Amino acid sequence: MQGEHHCPLPNLQPSGIKNDMKPAQTITLRIVNTLGLHARSAAQLAKVAGRAKGGVWIQKNGDRADATSLLDILTLACPQGTEITVSIDDEADLETLERMAELIRSGFGE
Amino acid sequence: MEDQESQEIILNGIGGSPGICIGKAYLVDKEGVDVVKKYIVRESFLSAEVGRFKTAVKKARESLRQIIDNTPEELRQHAQILETHMLLFKDKMLYDRTIEVIEKERVNAEWALKKVVSLVKPMFENMTNDYLKQRAEDITHVADRIMENLVGGDHVNIARIDKRVILVARDLSPAETSQIQLERIKGFVTNRGGRASHTSIIARTLEIPAVLGVGNATLKINNDDIIIVDGGAGTVVVNPTEQTLLATEERRGQYEIHKALMVRNSYLPAETKNGQRISVMGNIELPEEVVSLLDHGGDGIGLYRTEFQYLSRPDFPSENSLFENYKDVIDVMGHRPVTIRTLDINGDKAVNYIRDNQEPNPALGLRAIRYCLRKPDIFQTQLRAILRAAAYGNVRILLPLISGIEEVEQAFEQIDEAAETLEKQGVVYKRDIPVGVMIEVPSAAVTADILAEKADFFSIGTNDLIQYTLAIDRGNRHVAHLHQPLHPAILRLIKGTCDAAKANGIPTYMCGEMAAEPIFAPILLGLGVNELSMNPQTIPVVKNAIRSIDTTGIDGFMEEMMRLTTPNAIQDLLAHQFGSVVPRIGLSEQER
Repeated sequence: MQGEHHCPLPNLQPSGIKNDMKPAQTITLRIVNTLGLHARSAAQLAKVAGRAKGGVWIQKNGDRADATSLLDILTLACPQGTEITVSIDDEADLETLERMAELIRSGFGE
Repeated sequence: MEDQESQEIILNGIGGSPGICIGKAYLVDKEGVDVVKKYIVRESFLSAEVGRFKTAVKKARESLRQIIDNTPEELRQHAQILETHMLLFKDKMLYDRTIEVIEKERVNAEWALKKVVSLVKPMFENMTNDYLKQRAEDITHVADRIMENLVGGDHVNIARIDKRVILVARDLSPAETSQIQLERIKGFVTNRGGRASHTSIIARTLEIPAVLGVGNATLKINNDDIIIVDGGAGTVVVNPTEQTLLATEERRGQYEIHKALMVRNSYLPAETKNGQRISVMGNIELPEEVVSLLDHGGDGIGLYRTEFQYLSRPDFPSENSLFENYKDVIDVMGHRPVTIRTLDINGDKAVNYIRDNQEPNPALGLRAIRYCLRKPDIFQTQLRAILRAAAYGNVRILLPLISGIEEVEQAFEQIDEAAETLEKQGVVYKRDIPVGVMIEVPSAAVTADILAEKADFFSIGTNDLIQYTLAIDRGNRHVAHLHQPLHPAILRLIKGTCDAAKANGIPTYMCGEMAAEPIFAPILLGLGVNELSMNPQTIPVVKNAIRSIDTTGIDGFMEEMMRLTTPNAIQDLLAHQFGSVVPRIGLSEQER
């Protein structure tokens, strides 16, 4: 990892993929479960995001967290009702994006 | 005086446990892991250093996985937080960043980890949301586990200290104190804590000198400094001169002689000059302390704290292991009473694996009887173990932190249920034993007349009673001096409790620190407390004091005292009337 921790890891980028600034896909959602993004729900997201090929991000009010890091997600402090945007760098990770969105929409099964 | 190579410094604190010791200082870092050393790693060894870190993480994860797997099914929800810890081990903010620091700054893995943790933790500690704030604890836990594996063999963990040293720490949590092999420790010095803090109680129980609430001990004292701890005077001398060392040795000798004299008389009964008798019992936490209790002339166990068996292991203890523990104690005590207090966890004794219920104010939270009534499976396990052990001796059950009659009724139902289960299983047990209520919450003292109808005895826990009544955190050195047993409010609560007990024909015992101060003995006799319980080492001192008291006409003295309005006035009257009969070792040792 280089510089600040929000930068994607260069060695995690598959060769041949352009690292343009625009994320490939984004979904904006609202946190519905009562507890918000607490340790258990954030852990579920980080687990799913961890399987992605490229970078996966969660944005809230301009702050961006690495979705593969449970701690980073927690630092965003997202209680119930927060609007967040999930984005992926690599189109190959569309499935990851969809699964994360599903988790958030379903309130993490709480 | 000529210059010494190092300057003698005297630090003042609160005397936590009497006695004098001289030895080498051993500094313990805040999280119970030792002070981390920083060193530069050569370029060619950097990848090996990263490898060392990765191995440590791997080992830490494996051992945590084992703990999770060994957690019984019904307690799995407690293990949930440990699952989160599993994930944190490899979290980029910890794992990747530590590797990055090792490589970029060319430092050892321990230092890199410590640095990363000290950067990440404040991000959480500074949050406004309480839940997220407490995630800083999780980071500490995970980092500690990795650190333990990193420092490995040559590292002297707090649990594995094998030299006779004096521990110097910012603070020691009960969990940490329970890890220390105390026979290896000569004394304690801590920045925080007061006379009634857990560390102080443990130190007194094990007769280890301790000075607490020093404030800056960990800054002023370096590892391996020669220090003198005087637990009676509450002072720590760093780098003492030769004269100081000689004078200290002499005082230490006098103290030992004085103590030996006391102990020699400890087998005599605690009977006042005019023939009033009182039982003097011991408080214990570890089964091993029973020997010391009997050596010091204890008439029984007035308080057996049962948390230790829960603190010293990764999961909840089984009924059988609890039973064996209790029976060991009962076997040694024979016909003497053994008062087993049911589990008093959370509050200041947080058990590691139930840490996920972080509370902003644990002293007022889900602890003791409240916790047990909420977790009947855990309570039942302990109650069955107690009732089984009760068949072998003279056992009483003591219910902690009772605040109202409903809790007593529910606890009695639980005890009956445990007995029924044992009956069905055809196991040997005894239900017909005294069940008492601990009076430590002001509401319990105020409603003692109601509780007395149900309880078989009362036991006044003065530490918490004073803390809750006067709103004083006994561990906070800024207010520790306001922890006043002689406050009129406290005396009234104790009197009300004793009166209610007498009216209902049940006895009142006392197991708090107040019982251990010989100067208070006349008051407690005057109020009609039937039994005092204290750390075993104090038994001879208190017995000695009681034997020198004459309680003839004490009712008049009590009436006068109850009319006084301030702790100071009460103290003066007490000193005036009974000061001469109380040995000088009592309240302040600096007079010696």
